[in-house]
Parts: sequence; structure tokens; C-alpha cells
Amino acid sequence: MDRKQCCVKLSVQPSRGLMDEKFIVLVQNVWPGFQLTVHALHQCEDGHSWEAFGHYTADATGTVNVSEDPSLGGTYSGVEPMGLLWSLRPVPGSKPGIRMRKMNVQTPMEVTISVYQGHQTEGFVDQVSLAGVLVERWYMAPGVHRIPITEGGLTATLFLPPGPGPFPGLLDLWGGTGDLLEYRAALLASHGIASLALDYLTPKISMEAGKLVDNEYFETAYRVLQQHPQVLGSRIAMLGLSFGCSVTLKMAAYSHVLKLRCAVCVNGSHVQPVDGSMTEIMHFFRENVGKVRFSEEKEVIWRNLLLPIPTDPSLKVDVGRLQCPLLLVVGEDDQNWPAYESAMDMKEMMERAGNSHLLTILWYPNAGHLIEPPYTPLVRASTFKPAQSPETMMALWGGETVAHSRAQEDAWRKTLVFLRENLF
Amino acid sequence: LLSPLQVQTAALPILSVFPSRALVDEKFKVLVENLPPGCPVTIHSLHHSEDQDYWEAYGHYISDDRGKVSVSDDLSFGGTYTGKEPMGLLWSMRPVLGSRKGLRLRKMNVCTPMLMDISVYSRHDGFRDQAPLASVLIERWYMAPGVRRIDIRERGVRGTLFIPPGPGPFPGLLDMWGGGGGLLEYRSALLASHGYVSLALEYFSPGQLQTADLEFNYFETAFNIVKDHPQVMPHRVGIFGLSLGSIVTMALAVESRIVRPRCCVCISGNHCFPPGRTLAGITGEVDMNYDKVRVDENNYHIWRDVGLAIMKEPSSKLDMGKINCPILLVNGHDDQNWPTVESAEDIAEMMRAAGKEHLLTRLEYPDTGHLIEPPFSPHFRATNFIVNLTKEKVIMLWGGQTKPHSDAQEDSWRRILTFLQQHLYCSPSPKARL
Repeated sequence: MDRKQCCVKLSVQPSRGLMDEKFIVLVQNVWPGFQLTVHALHQCEDGHSWEAFGHYTADATGTVNVSEDPSLGGTYSGVEPMGLLWSLRPVPGSKPGIRMRKMNVQTPMEVTISVYQGHQTEGFVDQVSLAGVLVERWYMAPGVHRIPITEGGLTATLFLPPGPGPFPGLLDLWGGTGDLLEYRAALLASHGIASLALDYLTPKISMEAGKLVDNEYFETAYRVLQQHPQVLGSRIAMLGLSFGCSVTLKMAAYSHVLKLRCAVCVNGSHVQPVDGSMTEIMHFFRENVGKVRFSEEKEVIWRNLLLPIPTDPSLKVDVGRLQCPLLLVVGEDDQNWPAYESAMDMKEMMERAGNSHLLTILWYPNAGHLIEPPYTPLVRASTFKPAQSPETMMALWGGETVAHSRAQEDAWRKTLVFLRENLF
Repeated sequence: LLSPLQVQTAALPILSVFPSRALVDEKFKVLVENLPPGCPVTIHSLHHSEDQDYWEAYGHYISDDRGKVSVSDDLSFGGTYTGKEPMGLLWSMRPVLGSRKGLRLRKMNVCTPMLMDISVYSRHDGFRDQAPLASVLIERWYMAPGVRRIDIRERGVRGTLFIPPGPGPFPGLLDMWGGGGGLLEYRSALLASHGYVSLALEYFSPGQLQTADLEFNYFETAFNIVKDHPQVMPHRVGIFGLSLGSIVTMALAVESRIVRPRCCVCISGNHCFPPGRTLAGITGEVDMNYDKVRVDENNYHIWRDVGLAIMKEPSSKLDMGKINCPILLVNGHDDQNWPTVESAEDIAEMMRAAGKEHLLTRLEYPDTGHLIEPPFSPHFRATNFIVNLTKEKVIMLWGGQTKPHSDAQEDSWRRILTFLQQHLYCSPSPKARL
């Protein structure tokens, strides 16, 4: 019978989930021993298509359970419940260096999960699948409120959890591209933390005045959160990634205004002119631009900019002064920042100062720079335009797909536990 | 009130519901954490309906030694439900104090979810006196992502078609509700979310059964609209009915020379359909026996004796021995609206005599009433109804006790889906072919 297998039943539960929730993909009603491909297709907001797929063989009951059965090949292999999401890659023919980031968090990421006959590796779009379902992945849980914030000259978005509150708060900082990235703050609010996503490199006031913000900007952001009637002013954390770590560590160690309950730094460094304004910090980086290297594919490797870790104390945030718990997330294959070396140095500084009981470090071999909430694909290299530069280049972030995806899942879970322990 | 230092250090209760967005027939887990150990709390659900009524449920719990309450695992000590009831916060919902009488909760717009507030309060008695400790919002959907909704106004037929996501082709269903009339989409939307192309059929407006133009042919045409749809497997179309809809279902299976359903599901139905007559003929039978309507101590209408009287007349009944497809009958022993269990007995007799009993599956539930709905819907023991004959607004007693009725809704839905899967989705395993 060369007619395709009919009546295949495909289900994904939950069909509407949060971005960090697992799902169960079940294929039923196929012939025992039937070979099939489970395929995921996602078209992101900028129009690019991403796909992932795994090869399976149905068991004696004619069932494939992606959470329990091994993929025999495809974009992931082995037993990988969430492989269909974290192994997504641009479809053949895509522009190089693209990155998947949801800018509108009020709508879900839509993924079409389909079943195809046989073990296939290409040409999915030209075929009719045996079955297909649509899955929604949300950054915002029901009832989370999204509130644009412009007071005090801020360019920010506040996400409030549902319920009467009051809630612990969090300042959420991204890195060198600037822009206002809301998705991580939206997801944290879905976990009960009032989170303020802050654009501090390309906010409206900087774009208009032509200069970078200073410390006052962060103090304003902190105050907006602290004074909000639904936020517990004594329970505010700060989370930074990449250059956001530089700001977080500086505020945590030196600010008289920001009283942080705890801090999380993902793949950043404490190396910076300690008394420097943002402008001076950027200048310090630019001075070392000669240390930038290139991979064989001409991708820019920035990690050496700050190496070797200076011994001069005026060039490093004195983490020995910290009085709040600090969680460092380190991708050992970070090619953009020297996260590993910085973490080693911070550990040593805190041990000498006697406050290392406040420090927790999560080390992830073969994980790269962009350790994000789980189940989004690794971006090993992508086009990157630093906020203060006219040039666009291909930056090497590093990381190996499987290790990086495990790191994202593990780091996120442990970050949530850390925040829960310190804020709730 | 807590002192500033206490505010700084007191643990904040954490409430979570997983999944926060689900289909209406999916279970959820409600968890409270970070409470003091042995702490009495009340978990509460609240829904503001499309009709602007408030429905609520609640259970009284005590946290364990780790400060946790898990609704799936722990016992409720009181409230609108007791015992270990993972979904009690939904099925035991009832209108809040002071609401109008005889209310029924039915989602008319299936393109949006039902929203529920799930909250945790301190204490058992008087829990409402203070603001909740925490609250989350959940969504309950009739439509899975990707299900398409299509208005049907063709060949004189009125209804709404729901098509599952994916290339198809799919099995199909004609879906009919009962004597209340109107167009109810939610069950069809849910069936499409389970992989069936389902047509929710409108066949008369509320209160207008007498005058409705209801030739048998209307239903045959509706069935064919499903059968002829390009994404439907034409030999795998079944019929699903409740109450009056069940009568139509059985009539089509037995009497129609045009349609051949692959299988039938009849909830709270009966086989009283005088052959050759139109649907309006059924109401004629009811009208003739209207004197058998009783009322209970609350003045609620009890119609089951009308049905018993009609059933005494052999010519009023369909000859179920002529059926040629599998049929599933789902009934409640405490059905006060129609003697559905007696009817099922009679149907079984007829089918046995004709050598067709292998086609019959009967599900009968104790203390269960007439309105057997998809799982986790609240139990409607008695609700407002417009009597077609007199145009009176009465409160109709449907029957059932909440807990057993809810168990029946949950159990029957699972079995209905299994029945449909067995008969409408081909099973390629060799076992099935024997």
C-alpha cells in the first residue's frame, strides 16, 4: 500500500505552555516499527524560518513518545524531550548569523510540530505531513501585566505578576547591543517577580542627547521599582547578562542607593575602571581593541579584550565589598567575554575578603556566552552591532549545542531557585 | 499587620498552577509553597461568566511539614468539595451567594478562554475577610491552537464547523445538543481539539421547537456537509447527541436511507421517535403526556414520568434492532428529566432480539443526572428552561449529586474519546483486524 499512513494521532501537551515549561510530544496509531520523523517549524518575527527534527521508530503499540524514546538522528539524538525546540536551526538557504529573539512578548511563539513518514533530513516544506499540530510557547503567563515605563527618563518595561502582591522586584539588564529586550523579565514575572527590563545603552534620552547614561539612571530605575505600591522595596534583585554584569557588579558593590537583596551575573566580568562612568568604561574597552582576535570564519572573538585579568584594583569591581548573595553563571566556552577567568578572579577576591560564603558559581563546560532561558536554540555566532558602533560584525559567542542547551536549562532552574531562596 | 522587619524577612507564599493555559478537559496541578508548616489555608477559584455571574469553589487545606499544599495530593477538609480532589476547584463551582437562580455555565464564545482566578487565603473560617496571600490567573480553552472555526450557512443548514490543525484528512462528527435549542459550539470545538472535524448544529431557536421547520432531511444534509468536506474521510463520520440530540442521532442511524454513520454517541438520550414523523412530532408526544409532569418541593419540573408514559407505546419507539453501527449510550441513574436508563434497557432488549447487541455499549452512572457535560464543568442539578409547549420559564430538575455526577463527566468523556478513536480512527495493528 503506497498510500501514506492514515489516521496518525499527534498530540503535544501542554499545547499552550510557558517558554521554560517542558512538553510531551506523542505520536500514536502508526504501524509498529514504523519509521517516522517528528519535525518542528517556527517562523520568527523577522520572517526567518527555523526547523528541527528527530528520527524515531514506533514501538510495538504503534507509539512514539518523544520524552521517553531515543531520536536516532536529525538535529538532535538520544532521549531529548525538548530537542525539537533547542535544536532549532535556520532552514537551508537562510541568511547567515541570524538570532531568534522574541520582541513582542504579548503574543506566543508558534511552533508547528508535524510527523513525516520515514527518516528524512530535508525537503519537509515540499511534502504533506501525516499529521501536524500547533503549539504556543508564551513568555507571559495569564494575568501578567506589561507596563511601559518612561518616568524619570527611563526606557523600560515593568512586568507585574498576577495577584494582589506585593511582590519582590528585579532589575533585568541585557548586554552590548542595547535595545529593550523584554522576554526574560516577562518570564520572571510569570514566576512571581515584578521585573523591570531596562534599556541602558540605547534609551531614548541617550539617543537624543548623544551620550551614555550615568549611575543616576540605574538609581532611578531602582527607585521606580522600590516605590511601586506592588513591589516590596526591601526585596529587589538585579540580573545582568554580558555587559549587564558590569553594571550589576558595580551597583551591588558601590551604590549607596541600590540595596540589592541578591544579584545574578551571567557571563560577564568585574573588570572595568571602577570610578568610571559608562562612557569611560566603553573607552577602556576600545583602548584594548587590538587584542580582538578572529576565528577561521572571520568571526570576532572579543574575550581577550579584558585579559589578562588586571591586578590593579582600580580596574576591577571590589567584590570583596559585597554584602548580598551573588550567583555567577559561567559558560566556559564564552568567546565574547572572559567569564571563566573573571569568575576565578572574583572567587579569589571574595575568599581573601572573607565574604565568599555569599558566592555561588555555576560552571558550564562547552556552553557559550548567550546563556538564555531554556529551550531556545544556541546561537554560536551572529551578526552583532554594538550600541556605540556604526559597524555590524559577526561575533563568535561560543558554545556547543547540546552542552549549551543543558546549561540553559540547568542555569535557569538554579537561577529561579536562587531568586526564590533570597527573595521569597 | 507585619512590622517593617517582619516584612523584610517573612516568607512569601508561592502559588502556582500548571499548566496555566489548558484545554477544559485537561487536569492541572495547584501547588502552594513557602507557607509555615501546619498552616490552615483556603484555596479558592473564581470565574466571572459571559452572563456576568460569579462562580466559585474552595477547599480548606493544611500545609505539610515543608510548608506545602498540593491540591492533587492533599485532602480538602471542607468547602465546596472534600477529600483528595485534584480538579475540585473546577467541578464543584457554583454561583456565589446572592446570584440569580437556576443558572447554567456555558461558554458561547469558544475563541476565547474561560478565565479563572485561583487564590490562596489564610485560614478556613472567615477566609474572605482578608486579601488573598497570592493569586494567579488561569486560562481554560475549548479550542486547541490551530483549530479553525467556520460558520456554516449552506444547503439550508445552520451551524459551526471546527477543523483540527494539520493536513488531515480527519474523521468527522455531527454534534447535536438538546431541547434548549440554539447553537452551542463548545463540545464541537473540544472534539476538534481531539482530531475530529465536528459540526455543531443549530436546529431550532430556544423555545421554538414547535414551529421549527424540522424535516428529517435537515439532519441528513447536515451530516453530508461533514461527509463531503475535503478534509473529512467520508466513511468515518459519526454522530454525537445529547438529550433531544440523541433522539435525532438514533433516528438517523435507524431510519435514514441517505446517511450511514460510522458510530453514534448518545448522552442522556432515548429512542422515542415515532417513525416517519418529523422532529416536531416528538413534541406532540410530550404535549399529549404533559399532565404527567411533576414538581418537587422547590417547584422544579420533573419530566421523567412523561417519558415513561411515552415509552409504554411501542409505536412511539424506534426499532433499534435495525441499527447497523456501534452505539455508545451514556446515562445517569438519577436523571429526573427523562427515563434514560429505562430507555437504554429497552434499546438493549431490542438489539439483543435482533442479534445486534455486540454493537451496543452502555455506560450508566449512579447519582448522575441528565446534563452530562465535558469533564470539570460544574454540575447543573436544576436550571432555567423555556418549555416549548407553554413558553413558560421554569426551573427544570436534571438530577444528580455533584460529586458522583462530576466523576461521571470525567469518566464518560474519557470513554467517549476512546470509543470515537476506536471506531473513527483506523487502527493499523493486527490485533484490531482480527
